[in-house]
Amino acid sequence: MQYIDNILFVALLAAGIWFFAKNIKTLIRNIKLGKDIDRTDNKPERWKNMAKIALGQGKMVRRPVSGILHIIVYVGFILINIEVLEIIIDGIFGTHRAFSGMGAFYGFLIGNFEVLAFLVLVAVIIFWVRRNVIKIKRFWKDEMKGWPKSDGNMILYFEMILMTLFLIMNATDVEFQAMNNGNVISQYITPLFSSMETSTLHIIERSAWWLHIVGILIFLNYLYYSKHLHILLAFPNTFYANLKPKGQFTNDANVTKEVKMMMDPSADPYAMPEEGAEEEIATFGAKDVTDLNWVNLLNAYTCTECGRCTSECPANLTGKKLSPRKIMMDTRDRLEEVGKNIDANNGEFKDDGKNLFDWISKEEVWACTSCNACVETCPVNIDPLGIIMEMRRYLVMEESAAPAELNNMMQNVENNGAPWPYNQMDRMKWVDE
Amino acid sequence: MSEALKVPTMAEMMAEDKTPDILFWVGSAGSFDDRAKKISRAFVKILNKANVNFAVLGTEESSSGDAAKRAGNEFLFQMQAITNIEVLNAYEVKKIVTCCPHSYNTIKNEYPELGGTYEVYHHTEFLQQLLKAGKISLSGGEYKGKRVTFHDPCYLGRANSVFDAPRALMNEMKVDLVEMKRSKLNSLCCGAGGAQMFKEPEKGDKDINVLRTEDAMETSAEIIATGCPFCNTMMTDGVKAKEQEGKIEVLDVAELVARSL
Ligand code: SF4
Ligand code: SF4
Repeated sequence: MQYIDNILFVALLAAGIWFFAKNIKTLIRNIKLGKDIDRTDNKPERWKNMAKIALGQGKMVRRPVSGILHIIVYVGFILINIEVLEIIIDGIFGTHRAFSGMGAFYGFLIGNFEVLAFLVLVAVIIFWVRRNVIKIKRFWKDEMKGWPKSDGNMILYFEMILMTLFLIMNATDVEFQAMNNGNVISQYITPLFSSMETSTLHIIERSAWWLHIVGILIFLNYLYYSKHLHILLAFPNTFYANLKPKGQFTNDANVTKEVKMMMDPSADPYAMPEEGAEEEIATFGAKDVTDLNWVNLLNAYTCTECGRCTSECPANLTGKKLSPRKIMMDTRDRLEEVGKNIDANNGEFKDDGKNLFDWISKEEVWACTSCNACVETCPVNIDPLGIIMEMRRYLVMEESAAPAELNNMMQNVENNGAPWPYNQMDRMKWVDE
Repeated sequence: MSEALKVPTMAEMMAEDKTPDILFWVGSAGSFDDRAKKISRAFVKILNKANVNFAVLGTEESSSGDAAKRAGNEFLFQMQAITNIEVLNAYEVKKIVTCCPHSYNTIKNEYPELGGTYEVYHHTEFLQQLLKAGKISLSGGEYKGKRVTFHDPCYLGRANSVFDAPRALMNEMKVDLVEMKRSKLNSLCCGAGGAQMFKEPEKGDKDINVLRTEDAMETSAEIIATGCPFCNTMMTDGVKAKEQEGKIEVLDVAELVARSL
């Protein structure tokens, strides 16, 4: 009987980790549904970006209030996880505060954790107020209704509960309080429990301990369904982000092949493909998530739904339907659906008659000015513009579905070498006017 | 036009067995748009004055393909790009300067993969070089003390990180340069990019150029300076929409420079 706690703990831990690993596997499988793109060049620059932007939160502080609060929560989250290590060891071996043998240093650690836990609690409450009381505009856009809204709040409640449990656990730990080493915050909570019996305190302490670790395991498995996935994916996402000038769009290599062939008088248009060469039917642009590249898809899972992009998008600022955040959320939702479809059909995608355009309308796609404001401002280097451009390419090259004025413009370019109906032979007239 | 401009074409130069130091890529707007043509002329006036050995492609120039590409027509873009590259390479062009950030961006960044690699400068970068080399001086004093705000073209600023060149030129003129609340990396688009120039905007509650003009008006600037023919059109229309024509002038940096010589 005396090992029942340990066994229960190990079972819980194993289940938590098993589910988490399963989710990660699905996540990687889904991201790999995207087309290949090489982002392995210039590794030093990539590591630097990851260190600065993901680890160092370099872009967060462009908005100082939310930036600094976020850093508190982030540092708190990481450091308090050292405490989780102790909880795990205690849980497995049935010890109590396994690290306390470190003496004064232990007090120093726990003391810091307590202060951090308190600061995180304060920061998270301010976040909650910003979202729900002050109602900062970017959290109340159309795409934030329903699940995204509850998701945002849920995470805040999670943090509040976990931090409170941590502090209560310490406050009701009679031995720990007696040690008087590191209880910088919890000593002020202890008086709240002063009327209670030691045995009651012990029960509260144990409950807080269990709830704390169970809470963490739930949190771990909640990640996959949440915008909070960014705490993991921000790292690969900033590593693999585009390093080229933002104005440089990709040149579609399939198009290059065809254009060169068209322009090469010696090419034989009826030439058979070389033997063994796989006849690839390439879609131009993106109709569905599987036509996007894997970095686009990684972007979608990484999006924090913070809305900084949308709040700086000229189209959105002037009341257009386009919201770069929604582009990312829609891409993720569709990708999830495609993933589930594959799971349900023994690993093969079964046509469901839907595509990305069921989520993202043409109206949104055509409202973009390709200004790169969204890309520039995103705290984790997401590129919504890349997805918009691929969708435009599909509309124009596969469906010939550009707005009429753009078709005019393109016809002019084709016929006169200018977007307006002027004769190329008049290109020098400006000199003499 | 008071003074006649000297604008040799590549073909003429070649016939005389001369090689220009740099090619001026005029761009479709600079060749055909009434407002942008004035910018082309202002820029050439400076080039002539500084005795720059340049040439244009003239009737051999064709659309850079930028608008087609941003509209999603990769085919048309690559056709344009490859055709232009053939012409440029045939003339063995090494250096290009242009007044259009869209041509600048696509030639500089997107042409190399298709076989056209050149040193490409935006006219404000090139003018800054002329200034540094002492080939022009901006002591004319025409704009000294005038309140000017600079609107960063997206394809020059955010897209290619050119923020300083236009500002350095204007500081040299001793203008009273004021920044809008959104500037440089955080600058707000004028609304023309991504082929929007050629279509009506989607349904919304305001036009982007009007919003941007309001940003400029907050600085109480008398002049909105910019470095892009499309931004120029958009801001000029914005100023009209806000009925500020008498109070605010929209000018290209090249025009400011040309009048300060
Ligand atoms: S690039 Fe497009 S989506 Fe992004 S901010 Fe600019 S207009 Fe909005
Ligand atoms: S794309 Fe970036 S800026 Fe936009 S909501 Fe997602 S994380 Fe925030």
